[in-house]
Amino acid sequence: MSTYRIHGATGEWEVVIGLEVHAQVTSKAKLFSGASTEFGAEPNAQVSLVDAAMPGMLPVPNRECIRQAVRTGLAIEAQINKWSRFDRKNYFYADLPQGYQISQLYHPLVGEGALTIEADEKAGIPEDKTIGIERIHVEQDAGKLMHDQHPTMSYVDLNRSGVALMEIVSRPDMRSPAEAGAYVRKLRSILRYVGSCDGNMEEGSMRADVNVSVRKPGDEFGTRTETKNVNSVRFVMATIEHEARRQVEVLEDGGTIVQETRLFDPGTGTTRSMRSKEDAHDYRYFPDPDLLPLELDDAFVAECRASLPELPDAKRRRYIEALGLSDYNAAVLTAEVETARWFEALLSETAAAQGKSEAEVAKQAANWLISEFFGALNKGGHSLADSPVSHEQAAELLALIGKGTISGSIAKQVLERMLETGDSAGAIVEREGLKQESDSGAIEAAIDKVLADNADKVADYKAGKEALFGFFVGQTMKAMQGKANPQVVNELLKQKLG
Amino acid sequence: MTQLTDLGVKAIRDGVAAGEFSAREVAEAFNANVAAAKDLNAFIVATPEKALEAAAKVDADRAAGEPLASMAGVPIGMKDLFATKGVQTTAASHILDHFIPEYESAVSQKLWDAGAGMLGKLNMDQFAMGSSNETSFYGNVISPWRRKDGGNAPLAPGGSSGGSSTAVSARLCPAATGTDTGGSIRQPAAFTGICGIKPTYGRCSRWGIVAFASSLDQAGPMARSVEDCAIMLGAMAGFDPKDSTSLDMPVPDWAGALNADLRGKRVGIPREYRMDGMDAEIAASWDQGVAWLKDAGAEVVDISLPHTKYALPAYYIVAPAEASSNLARYDGVRYGLREMPERANLQEMYAATRAAGFGDEVKRRILIGTYVLSAGFYDAYYTQAMKVRTLIQRDFAAAFERCDVILAPTAPSAAFALGEKSDDPIAMYLNDVFAVPASLAGLPAMSVPAGLNSEGLPLGLQIIGKTFDEQGVLDAGLAIEQRAGFAARPERWW
Amino acid sequence: MSVDRKTVAKIASLARIEMDGDALDRMVPEFNNILAWVEQLGEVDTSGVEPMTAVIPQALRLRDDVVDADPLTGGGIRDKVLANAPAPEHGFFGVPKVIE
Ligand SMILES: [Mg+2]
Ligand SMILES: [Zn+2]
Repeated sequence: MSTYRIHGATGEWEVVIGLEVHAQVTSKAKLFSGASTEFGAEPNAQVSLVDAAMPGMLPVPNRECIRQAVRTGLAIEAQINKWSRFDRKNYFYADLPQGYQISQLYHPLVGEGALTIEADEKAGIPEDKTIGIERIHVEQDAGKLMHDQHPTMSYVDLNRSGVALMEIVSRPDMRSPAEAGAYVRKLRSILRYVGSCDGNMEEGSMRADVNVSVRKPGDEFGTRTETKNVNSVRFVMATIEHEARRQVEVLEDGGTIVQETRLFDPGTGTTRSMRSKEDAHDYRYFPDPDLLPLELDDAFVAECRASLPELPDAKRRRYIEALGLSDYNAAVLTAEVETARWFEALLSETAAAQGKSEAEVAKQAANWLISEFFGALNKGGHSLADSPVSHEQAAELLALIGKGTISGSIAKQVLERMLETGDSAGAIVEREGLKQESDSGAIEAAIDKVLADNADKVADYKAGKEALFGFFVGQTMKAMQGKANPQVVNELLKQKLG
Repeated sequence: MTQLTDLGVKAIRDGVAAGEFSAREVAEAFNANVAAAKDLNAFIVATPEKALEAAAKVDADRAAGEPLASMAGVPIGMKDLFATKGVQTTAASHILDHFIPEYESAVSQKLWDAGAGMLGKLNMDQFAMGSSNETSFYGNVISPWRRKDGGNAPLAPGGSSGGSSTAVSARLCPAATGTDTGGSIRQPAAFTGICGIKPTYGRCSRWGIVAFASSLDQAGPMARSVEDCAIMLGAMAGFDPKDSTSLDMPVPDWAGALNADLRGKRVGIPREYRMDGMDAEIAASWDQGVAWLKDAGAEVVDISLPHTKYALPAYYIVAPAEASSNLARYDGVRYGLREMPERANLQEMYAATRAAGFGDEVKRRILIGTYVLSAGFYDAYYTQAMKVRTLIQRDFAAAFERCDVILAPTAPSAAFALGEKSDDPIAMYLNDVFAVPASLAGLPAMSVPAGLNSEGLPLGLQIIGKTFDEQGVLDAGLAIEQRAGFAARPERWW
Repeated sequence: MSVDRKTVAKIASLARIEMDGDALDRMVPEFNNILAWVEQLGEVDTSGVEPMTAVIPQALRLRDDVVDADPLTGGGIRDKVLANAPAPEHGFFGVPKVIE
C-alpha cells in the first residue's frame, strides 16, 4: 500500500489518480484517410480532403491502426471486443474540422486489462502493484492551434487531424505521483515493445489526461479534475502533486472541488482551469452513421497475438530464471525494448565468441553492460541508439576479458579508446600493447622486487597483518602497468609469502 | 426533325451513336431550354460550356470510331448536393457561398466517365431538407405543372430534388441526379409526372455528396422513363472504396434485363398504408396500380407493415440527429460563409456564421437533432428511434417472405401550392409518410407516373423492393409504365 | 415533454446557432410541436429490441496502411485544402484568436 499522503491542516489526505493516456498509433497513414502521419511537415501539408472535413467526405478505417490497438490490448491481457463501433463526440473547436471527433464510447475495441508496476522502495512503492486498465479505444487526433503568430488570430494546422490515437484509460488505482509515473513508464515500455506507439512524449506521441481527486483515507472518492495533455512523466507527477495540494487547500478552506478541465503549466508547475473548454460538456455521443460496426474474426486476433514479441514482464522473469541475472539487472535490461534488444544481441555474440552458452556468459555481459558500458556511453553523451560501439565490437571486448587476454581494468581503457576511435578491441589491445601478462617469470621478477623493496611490510604481514596482502597485489600490478593476470599474481604472492 | 429536347436518355444515346444527330446539337438544344426557363428557377447555376465540352468529346470519340459509353451524348442536370470540381456547390445554402470544390463526387464522376455532360447545378431544398423546394437559399423552384382549373397558383415541384423534377418534367434536361433521404427522389418525381429510383442503400457512393443524414442518404436517377432510370442508375452505381458503406457487389445490367412480364411474381399491398382520410384519388390510383400489376401477371397479396405509423416520427429523430452532427463542419473556418462580428471570439464567430448561413428549416432540424442527442434524452429519443428502425426492418423482412415487391402510393397527395404547407412543418413532413419507411430500411424504391388527378396533376405509384433487388422494382415499374401510358406533359408557360 | 425558451436557447448555443429573442419566440412552439409529434414513438414496445446498427447487412471494410494510395483521400494538397478558406494565413486557416 502506498503511504503517500498530503498533510493538511485537518489531517492526512489520500490522492486518487486515474490516467487517460493518448498514444499515437504507429501507422504510415491516418486513421480514416490516406494522408501521412509523419512528424514535422509544413503546416497543412499532410491534410486530405477527408481530414479537412470537406463537404461529402467520408471516413474509411486503416486496418493497421485497428491491428496495433488489438496487439496493444493483447499485451495488457485485455479483452478484445470482436464487435466494436465508432461513435461521434460532438463539440465545436477550431482544431476539430468535422465538428466531431470519431471515437469509441459505447463499444470500445479493447476492454478490461491490467499492467503491473514494479516495487520501488525509494519511490515509496513497497511492492509490485497491478493497475487496472478499463479500456482502450481508437479515435482521431485533433489539429493544432498556434496562438503566437498574429495579434488577433490563431492559426490552424490540420496535419495531426485524423491521426490515429489509442486512448488507454486506467482505473483510478494509483495513489501517489510515483505510482502514476511508474505506470506511464511501464505503459510506454509495453507500447514500445509491441511497436504500436513510439512513446515519444516530446513529439506528442504520448500524452496523459490526469484525473486527480483527494479524500480522507477510507472515504468515498472525491470530485476529480482532469488536467489535459500532460506530455512528460515528470509533468504527470508534478500535475498530481500540485493538483492534490490545491484540492486539499480548497477543501480545507471549506470549498468544493468543481469537476473541470485544467491545464498544466510547465513553467510554474501549477494547473489552471481551462476557460476555452468550460462551456457545457454535452458531447452528444452517437454511433457514427458513416461507419458500420467493426467486426473482427478469430484469424485477425490470432495474427495479432502471434505477432507479439516477448513482453517486458516475461522477459524479466526469463532473465532471472533462465539467465541467472539479478532482479536489479533484469529490471534494468528489460525496462526499454532497445536495451533488451542490445543486450540480447550482445549475449548471443558473446556466447558465440567464447564458445559458451548464453546462460554461462549472461552475468558477465549484463554486469559489463550496466556497470561499464552505460556509464562510458553516457560520459560521451551517447545512448544505445547511437552507440559508436556495436554489439559485435562489445562482444569481442568481452571475449578478450573472458579469455584473460586483458584484465577488467585494462578493459575500461580499451572501451574508452573504442568509443573515441571506433576501432575494434583487438586492434587497440594489439596496437597499444595492453595484452595481459600471464607469464609467471615476468610476474615473479616483479613480485620479488616488490617484496625486497618492502621488507618491513613483509615482516608485518608475516607477523599476522594479513590485510597487507592487497597492498602487495596492488604494488605488483602497478609494477606490471596493470597488465599482469591478477590470478597469477595472487597465486605467486601466496607462494612467496608462505 | 425531331424535337431533341423531347428525347430521353436512351433515345439520345442511341441517336448520337447512330449519327442521327450530334451530341453537340443535343447539348445546344438543352442549353437553350435551360436558358429559357429562368422562371422555373430549377438551376442554381447553368454550365452550358460543360455540356458542350462533354458533347464535343463524345462527337470526337464517335468520329474516331471509339466505343461510346452508356450515357454518351446525354446532357444531364446535377443536383447541387453533388460536389462538382471547379463548379460552385452550395447544397442550396447560403453557408456554402462561393464554395468551389477541388474534387468531383464519385457519382458525378461516374456519369461523366459514362459520357454524360453537365447542363448545370440544380436547385433543391437547402441541404436536402424539405418536401416542396421552398427552403432553398436560391428561392423556390416552381413546378412546370399547373392545375387545370386555371388558377395558376405556382405549385411545389416536390422536394428536396425539386430542381431535378422540374427540369426533367419541363424538358430542360432528359435526366437528372437526385438524392433521397426520406423520399426526396420519389416524391418530387410523383409531383411532376416523371420516374425516379432510390436504389438500395450503399449502391451509389456517398463520397462527395453533401451529407444530410448519412444512414439514409442515397443518390439515384430521375428521368422520364423506367428504362432511362435503369440506364442512368447503371452508370451511377458501383463499389467505391472511399465510402465505408458502399456495396461491394457487381452492378447488374438492369436496363438490359428489364422485363415487364410479372408472371410468378407476388405484389404485396401493405394494409397500413391505407390510412384514415386517404385522398380518394390517391386510393383510386393505387387500386388502378394493383389492377395493372395483376394484368402484368403478378399475384397480389395482402401484407402488413405494422410499424408504418412510427416510421415518420422515427425518421424525424434519426435524420435530424445525424444532420445536426453532419452539418457541424459548416463553421466558417475552412470554406463557405464566415460571419465575423466585431471582436467576436471563435465560438461567437461559429454562432454568427451558422445563424446567417443556415435557413430556418435547417436550423429547426439541427436544433431537434441536437436536442434528441443531448445528455439525458439520447436513449428516450435516438435509441428508441433506432429500435423502431429495427422493427421497421423486421416488418419489411417478414413482408418480403410473402411477396417480391410492394406497391403503394408515392405521396399522400398530388402537388400542392407553394406556401400552402410551409408554415406547418409537420404537415410538410407528412408528405413523406409513404416514402420514409423504405428509406429507414435501406430498400430500393421507385416512383412511376400513374396518371393525372381531377385537377390535371400527376400522381405517382411507388414500388418498394427487397434489398439489392433494383431489378424487381424496375420491372414492376415498367409494367405500370406500359399500362399507364402516361403521356401528359406540362404546358409551357415559362 | 414540453421545453421552454431557456432550453431552446441552450440547445441553440450547443449547436452554435445564434438566436435572438424573436427567433427563439418563433422556434419554441415549433420545437414543441415537433417534439410532441415524435414522442408517439414512446408507445412502441421495444423491450428486447436492439437498435439498428447497419442499414443493410454488411461489416465494416478496412483499408491498407498506405500513404496517398488514392489522391482523392491523400495528403500533400495544401493548396486544394486551403482553396476555399475565408482567411488563409501563410498556409494555415486563420480564426479569431483563441485563449486556452
Ligand atoms: Mg480525456
Ligand atoms: Zn480521447
